Amino acid sequence: MSQSDTLTAQAKPETVSLTGAEIVVRALKDQGVTHIFGYPGGAVLPIYDALFADNGITHVLVRHEQGATHAAEGYARSTGKPGVVLVTSGPGATNAVTGMTDALMDSIPLVVLTGQVATHLIGTDAFQEADTVGITRACTKHNWLVRDANDLSRTLHEAFQIATTGRPGPVVIDIPKDVQFKTGEYLTPEQVRHRTFRPKTEPEAASILRAVEMMAAAKRPIFYTGGGLINSGPQASAALRELAALTGFPVTSTLMGLGAFPASSPQWLGMLGMHGTYEANHAMHDCDLMICLGARFDDRVTGRIDKFSPGSKKIHLDIDASQINKVVRVDLGIVADAGKAIAEMVKLWKAKDKKADAAALKDWWAQIDRWRARRSLAYEASDALIKPQYAIDRLYALTRGRDVYITTEVGQHQMWAAQRFKFEEPNRWMTSGGLGTMGYGLPAAVGVQMAHRDALVIDIAGEASVQMTMQEMSTAVQYNLPIKIFILNNEYMGMVRQWQQLLHGGRYSHSYSEALPDFVKMAEAFGCLGLRASKPSELDAKIQEMIDSPKAVLFDCRVDATENCYPMIPSGAAHNEMILSALSDASVSDEGKMLV
Amino acid sequence: MANERHTLTALVDNEAGVLARVVGLFSGRGYNIESLTVGEVDPAERTSRITVVTSGPPAVIEQIEAQLKRLVPVHAVTNWTFATDGVEREMALVKVAGSDRSAAKQMAAKLGARVLDDRGQATVFELTDAPANIGSFIEAMRPLGLCDVSRTGVAAISRDPG
Repeated sequence: MSQSDTLTAQAKPETVSLTGAEIVVRALKDQGVTHIFGYPGGAVLPIYDALFADNGITHVLVRHEQGATHAAEGYARSTGKPGVVLVTSGPGATNAVTGMTDALMDSIPLVVLTGQVATHLIGTDAFQEADTVGITRACTKHNWLVRDANDLSRTLHEAFQIATTGRPGPVVIDIPKDVQFKTGEYLTPEQVRHRTFRPKTEPEAASILRAVEMMAAAKRPIFYTGGGLINSGPQASAALRELAALTGFPVTSTLMGLGAFPASSPQWLGMLGMHGTYEANHAMHDCDLMICLGARFDDRVTGRIDKFSPGSKKIHLDIDASQINKVVRVDLGIVADAGKAIAEMVKLWKAKDKKADAAALKDWWAQIDRWRARRSLAYEASDALIKPQYAIDRLYALTRGRDVYITTEVGQHQMWAAQRFKFEEPNRWMTSGGLGTMGYGLPAAVGVQMAHRDALVIDIAGEASVQMTMQEMSTAVQYNLPIKIFILNNEYMGMVRQWQQLLHGGRYSHSYSEALPDFVKMAEAFGCLGLRASKPSELDAKIQEMIDSPKAVLFDCRVDATENCYPMIPSGAAHNEMILSALSDASVSDEGKMLV
Repeated sequence: MANERHTLTALVDNEAGVLARVVGLFSGRGYNIESLTVGEVDPAERTSRITVVTSGPPAVIEQIEAQLKRLVPVHAVTNWTFATDGVEREMALVKVAGSDRSAAKQMAAKLGARVLDDRGQATVFELTDAPANIGSFIEAMRPLGLCDVSRTGVAAISRDPG
């Protein structure tokens, strides 16, 4: 008899019988779910019927299932709670695949419920049938096809456990229509525990001790932090701040980790990686101790791997054991929850009365200041054209003192936002990092605003990305969500154009949008406010109008069409081989071109 | 780094799709599968053992083990290759045809194979042995009328009582 069977047996008198659809709604409520993002269809009608009968959960009707998944991601990332999605079989499920993959890459907890054709029709190519568990096996942390209503509540509760514990990620529960109608026993979350799934979250004392010893001995240390700190919860950011204060070490972060450490701190070096700051990348290259906390040595971070930080000892803290030594061999791997492990480091550093090497650190900071003096984020200002960097700077300045959440699409605007918008807290920055999903930001903003009704939620967008999911403006209007879609409109797929300029001889193959909608009219058609700014002189007033509007706003900010995003580590180059300004003849090896 | 051959076993929940998860992990991440064997080992606990023979540089083998352990229905992963406490075997059915199969039968007897079927125009030999010896047997049969081979893939287990 397995462990979970025992628990069930003990709890037997407590169970009640419900229909499968009722079980779904009851399980969601027992899991504390208050919002779900979904789209009805034939194979989920019984569940929609159960939602109709029970108004305890707010359902957000999206306009496309991809929008539901990104909205759920934005909701999850900004609240720390799992995002829940409900879609129908076939196209409902396949449309949700991009969002699931996005959530898998960025470790976002999603519980996706998909309808399926009735069990007797499975395998017959029935109407709107797709092999959902087959299709989503590679883009979920785990998935289930539930063939018996009696298994449904157990599966749902296990799904929440798996999605939210260990390294978070998306899960799919595929529920055939007949299972939604049939009656089954309902188990509460307390009555269910997965047989074997027990992620390791506690760090080993010996590893923490060794890490602290290495840190105390370091002469040129750096904290390289990532999205794991956000996923671990606010206590991880708090622990990092304390550890940084105790040690005086510099801190950089990946795209996913922005906000874990305050950008206003003098110890903050800015983001690292392909479009990271000069000081962050050079410090990574020249450090003698790299302390990687909840990041995964992504290729956008490391650049050329055989020239990656050649002289350093490396500590890698990750909750997922498979990340240790995956890309970069490290000297100390710690498999644990980031918040717990960093708190232990703080405790031990204090208990052992450790001191950083002050003289060495002074020299190290002097070197970092010399790198900072290069002002790698500087750009050429213009009176005639709105520079995209200027637009972000003004957006940042004019939103101070407000409760701000930022989402982005993918491309140049995303990198400019990451470089220039300064985050002081975790959970304020929602972006598609691993998968790089154009179209993420608008629906993600919908999800964020559902969770934070009074906040100022801004999607910093590009005109190409936003067209991929712009139908979700209709969702924003339906639920009175005053999201602000701030489009840096350069008429190009800007990052594609930049690479074509730098790496493909200026052959701008299909990266220019020769037909764009009139975004102001489009906003009005959707029932939003449309604004446009074309000159730097009118930008502030228009941004203020956007902020002050109680409506959803689509802001068409016409920017310099050919501005490039710098600094940049070209593919195939090392951290200390950055391009700092516009160079038309940047030399990139053929090998580098292949690295994308 | 040079490729090494490793035998990995995974104890898994015998649930729908578990084999597809394991195979999909190998194909999705570009790992090799040289052979794969699966069967239920404990009906009461609903567990199966999957044995995979794979090859790759040591860092890749380490990743394969870590990635396998990440799968939710996988309870435990063991790498037997360098362990002194594991044993592995494979079975093959080898068919030889021709008017005179006496030479093949003599060679088979010498290499420890037994005749499983000899009723028709062909003889089917059965051999259970280390995978390398199975390979040698097949090569020995090749000039003696070999016409078909079916191999099970490797099954591996620990010598320990636990």
